[in-house]
Amino acid sequence: MSESLPEAEQIKRESRYLRGSLRESLADEATGALRDEDTHLSKFHGLYQQDDRDLRDERRLQKLEPHFQFMLRLRLPGGVLTPNQWLGLDEVADRFADGSLRLTTRQTFQFHRVFKENLASLIQHLDKLGLDSRGACGDVNRNVVTNVNPHLSASHQTVYNAAVQISERLNWRSAAYEEVWLNQPEKQTEEEEEPFYTHRYLPRKFKVAIALPPHNDCDVLANDIGLIAIEENGEIIGYNIAVGGGMGMTYGDRATYPRLATPVGFVPADQVVDACEAIVAIQRDHGCRTNRAHARFKYTLDDYGLDWFKERFAEVHGWPLEPLRDYTLTDSGDRFGWTEDDEGFHHLTLFTPSGRIRDFEQLKLRTALRSIAKIHSGEFRITCNQNLIISRVNAKERSAIQKLVDHYGLDDGSRSTPLARNAISCVAFPTCGLAMAESERYLPELTDKIHGLMEEAGIGQETIQLRVSGCPNGCARPYLGEIALTGKAPGKYNLYLGADTGGQRLNRLYRENIDEEEILAELKPLLSRFAKERKPGKGFGDFLYQSGVLSANTGPTDFHEPLIARG
Amino acid sequence: MTASLPPSPLNDAQRQHVDALVRELNEQQLDWVQGYLAGYRAALRPGGEAPSAPQPQGAKLTILFGSQTGNAETLAERLTEQARAKGLEVECLDMNDFPARRLKKEQRLAIISSTHGEGDPPDNALGLHEYLHGRKAPKLPQLQYAVLSLGDSSYEHFCQTGIDFDERLAELGGERLTDRVDCDVDFDEPADQWITALLDKLAAAQPAVGGGASATVSSGPAAGASQPQSQYDRKHPFTAPLLDRVKLTGRGSDKSVHHIELSLEESGLSYSPGDSLGIYAQNDPALVAQLLEHSGLDGEQIVTVKDEPLTLSQALQHHLELTRLTPPTVQQWAKLSDSSSLHSLVDNKRELIQWLHGRDLLDLWQAYPVKGLEAQTLVDHLRRLPPRLYSIASSQAAVDDEVHLTVAAVRYEQRGRAREGVGSTWLADRLTLDDSAPVFIDRNKNFRLPENGDTPIVMIGPGTGIAPFRAFMQEREALEQPGKNWLFFGDRRFRTDFLYQREWLQWRKQGLLSRLDVAFSRDGPEKVYVQHRIREAGAELWRWLEDGAHIYVCGDANAMAPDVHEALIDVVASQGHKSRENAEQYLREMTRDKRYQRDVY
Repeated sequence: MSESLPEAEQIKRESRYLRGSLRESLADEATGALRDEDTHLSKFHGLYQQDDRDLRDERRLQKLEPHFQFMLRLRLPGGVLTPNQWLGLDEVADRFADGSLRLTTRQTFQFHRVFKENLASLIQHLDKLGLDSRGACGDVNRNVVTNVNPHLSASHQTVYNAAVQISERLNWRSAAYEEVWLNQPEKQTEEEEEPFYTHRYLPRKFKVAIALPPHNDCDVLANDIGLIAIEENGEIIGYNIAVGGGMGMTYGDRATYPRLATPVGFVPADQVVDACEAIVAIQRDHGCRTNRAHARFKYTLDDYGLDWFKERFAEVHGWPLEPLRDYTLTDSGDRFGWTEDDEGFHHLTLFTPSGRIRDFEQLKLRTALRSIAKIHSGEFRITCNQNLIISRVNAKERSAIQKLVDHYGLDDGSRSTPLARNAISCVAFPTCGLAMAESERYLPELTDKIHGLMEEAGIGQETIQLRVSGCPNGCARPYLGEIALTGKAPGKYNLYLGADTGGQRLNRLYRENIDEEEILAELKPLLSRFAKERKPGKGFGDFLYQSGVLSANTGPTDFHEPLIARG
Repeated sequence: MTASLPPSPLNDAQRQHVDALVRELNEQQLDWVQGYLAGYRAALRPGGEAPSAPQPQGAKLTILFGSQTGNAETLAERLTEQARAKGLEVECLDMNDFPARRLKKEQRLAIISSTHGEGDPPDNALGLHEYLHGRKAPKLPQLQYAVLSLGDSSYEHFCQTGIDFDERLAELGGERLTDRVDCDVDFDEPADQWITALLDKLAAAQPAVGGGASATVSSGPAAGASQPQSQYDRKHPFTAPLLDRVKLTGRGSDKSVHHIELSLEESGLSYSPGDSLGIYAQNDPALVAQLLEHSGLDGEQIVTVKDEPLTLSQALQHHLELTRLTPPTVQQWAKLSDSSSLHSLVDNKRELIQWLHGRDLLDLWQAYPVKGLEAQTLVDHLRRLPPRLYSIASSQAAVDDEVHLTVAAVRYEQRGRAREGVGSTWLADRLTLDDSAPVFIDRNKNFRLPENGDTPIVMIGPGTGIAPFRAFMQEREALEQPGKNWLFFGDRRFRTDFLYQREWLQWRKQGLLSRLDVAFSRDGPEKVYVQHRIREAGAELWRWLEDGAHIYVCGDANAMAPDVHEALIDVVASQGHKSRENAEQYLREMTRDKRYQRDVY
């Protein structure tokens, strides 16, 4: 029976709870790569094997193997860390990675260009900082993200705690992590090692997010489970649950599509962790295991229907879902600059382009943040838009931090265009193995050009959400961008248009496989029409629908069938 | 043995009798039978049977060669051929195959030996060299002998092994047939003169006979009759077009190693894994220009090199050694410059060798000017540009009429001037894809895969020492030989310097390469070399040796080969529970049995 399962499904089942031959792979000095099977398992440990794609062809001719290296992603529920942890991560970025820290759209850090021989040392250092990478990738629940809500410290604390609890509950448990990375002796594997997931783990990755309305900077509906906190009298009494969100799709495969999570009911605050576990259990037991392109929870729901889901939920959880409570989501961007919260703490949201923390020639960003971490007594928060908040600053510390911000020229939002500071890009070339086109390296140039068109149209100070992904899998949450590009080939992108700004409407494919010149040619007239015809309070995405440029969504084919087939 | 003999005149039954008898005999008995047969044969002669070929006259000439790269062997073959043409009875043997105790009976002996490293004998000469210099060395009053030594005059102990043999045989009572000749890298001419002198001497000692090869003499396994002949050889190189060149070392490497592919199409040349390719490279035109500028000589004036008229520029670029100085050149220069300080430098060989290190002709010229130097005088005083030898990195079973090399470009800066190795940078930089290189095959029968394809092999080849092992693997893959293969490779950095990494990993994945141990010296805080990996793998390595594995070492002769040798002694001693002496003996026996072969330079 297992013969018909995809390779990745077989490998995890036969991996002795994610041990595989990782130890042997790490000990092999003749290659910078892991054994093929172990590259699947390493993801569960937070690592992606990659190679420098800029060098791939050159090295092939040189009869050298690809320049293998790893991306290591932290599990960091809620995206919060202490200044001491910041300093620790900063230090290891030089010792074991490429000297940069990458903030991600899932509120965590990625280290890039980590060589195989440095992986264990890096993970051991993380361990000393009280951090880990367990379950940051792989077919398990991924990093749990939340709104950052700097102006609401008490509520943030509640959703942050929920995020941590959900992350802990849904983490994988086998001792493989400690054995492979922390030098613990290998023991006999037993079934009890993985009581919840069992040896099958999940059919695919699984994502949970928590939003605190009206803000939606975590794009809550892009997740398998979206939790929308419901407040009453300043207290979070529970959560609306939305299910079945997910960005990824495969070009040309119409059975795949991005999907927003559907709100299905409400659970009281004290049940939220159990409720999440029940939902993950349903996906564990009913998700598709024979076709990985159909294995996300969104397809399980579309296969079985929401009524079926609600029945299963009541059965597994023990309680049915309560009726949905009212809520409003208005915006998904970050609010830059200083804010003061209800407890008297100050918070500074900084724009960190594409989340890349490095010392650039013009901007010594890493040095600046290191200097801040040395005098900061509060915490750092990463936003789902790849930006950073210097959080819980005492009134007394604020001026010292502001001095450093001024000294290093950090961007509190005032130094960049609205388009640039709201743009998101994934990493893509040269490290990501999935990338079909540039993303992070291309974004600055692209935003400059689109901003130029906006200036021409007289709307340079408008906010338009731009998202660029190197492939269709959705790390930059492209299908929630008012303007979005997904890579098709070097220099070629699909152009998507028309999402709203609150993360509640997907965009649709406008033009397929076009280059920059064509992209700009398409955008120019639309932006100038927007400048003339827009209505107050309505963004570019809304305008495209109201003006009839885009017609109403018709379903999954919206993402495969370009509205305009040829220019 | 039987296979390498000329076609047998015996019928099957006779052959089986002879085979059966011969197999039972020990060395001493064989020697006796040999004498018996010779006597029996001689006794038949007066009976009136007409000889079918000119009869060998006088005592047999035994030719022994000690060869690391195959040059001595080539010359031994040349001598054998010419001696036979003069009707002499000849036996040509690898020194390794010559039982040292036979020396006492030898009457006429010719030794051709190279020298390697710091005046050390080549591997196959070690045994005889040791025996002659040991306490068991016999008196040799019956012996007439001649020695031809090969070497490289840029080394301090130039031709030392030949000198050792020559002097020791005299001490033991031998009489020289002709004076020893010490050949530099451009050995053809002096070697031919030595051969002529020796054969004249032998011919004078006996009545002349007609020409024609003797059919009655077995040539032994060294004659190499199985190689198809090509019109191209060391003296007549083939111009091989450059097919491809790839830099093997990755970005950021401080080395520059190139994979070179040349075409042998329509040359008739063939080679075996383990052979080297000789290349006549050219000097850098920039260096030639600097020399002309410094000297004020006109590059267009005509000079003669070996009776061939050429422009001075051509002579300097194509024919004369400019980048490496040798003591003879400097001695000549001392006379030309009449500098007292150069004279005193020349008188102290050790100091001279040190001074020569890293200096070229331009350095010499700048330090010791010569007034009014004529172009022809300059040309006459320089050593001929010798061919450069590179271990071949391919097997014809896999690449047909291509030949592949692994060449490390030698470049460094000294005394404010960029310096380059002639052959390596010519191949790496100056030769273009439309160009051709004059090449010949330099056979190395002392670096050969086991005849039995089942035999396991251990290959130790750091740096460009990996070249012949790529050839070995291609051969074993193409011929589907099932023997296990184990590689030890080392270099500076894993990510940039792992030569042919993809191929080795692919062979390992296929199962052709059973084990792959690597050592990279600049990656970690401690320098790790192949010898460390050899010691770490001692237990398994010992099992392989006991299973009959052959060991091959290729690469640097100065540091690597001795360090690896020490490591092997350690492994044999510790794993085989032997004393150091017995471990050394174990490796000596492996060398004698051709199970421990080295190609080091």
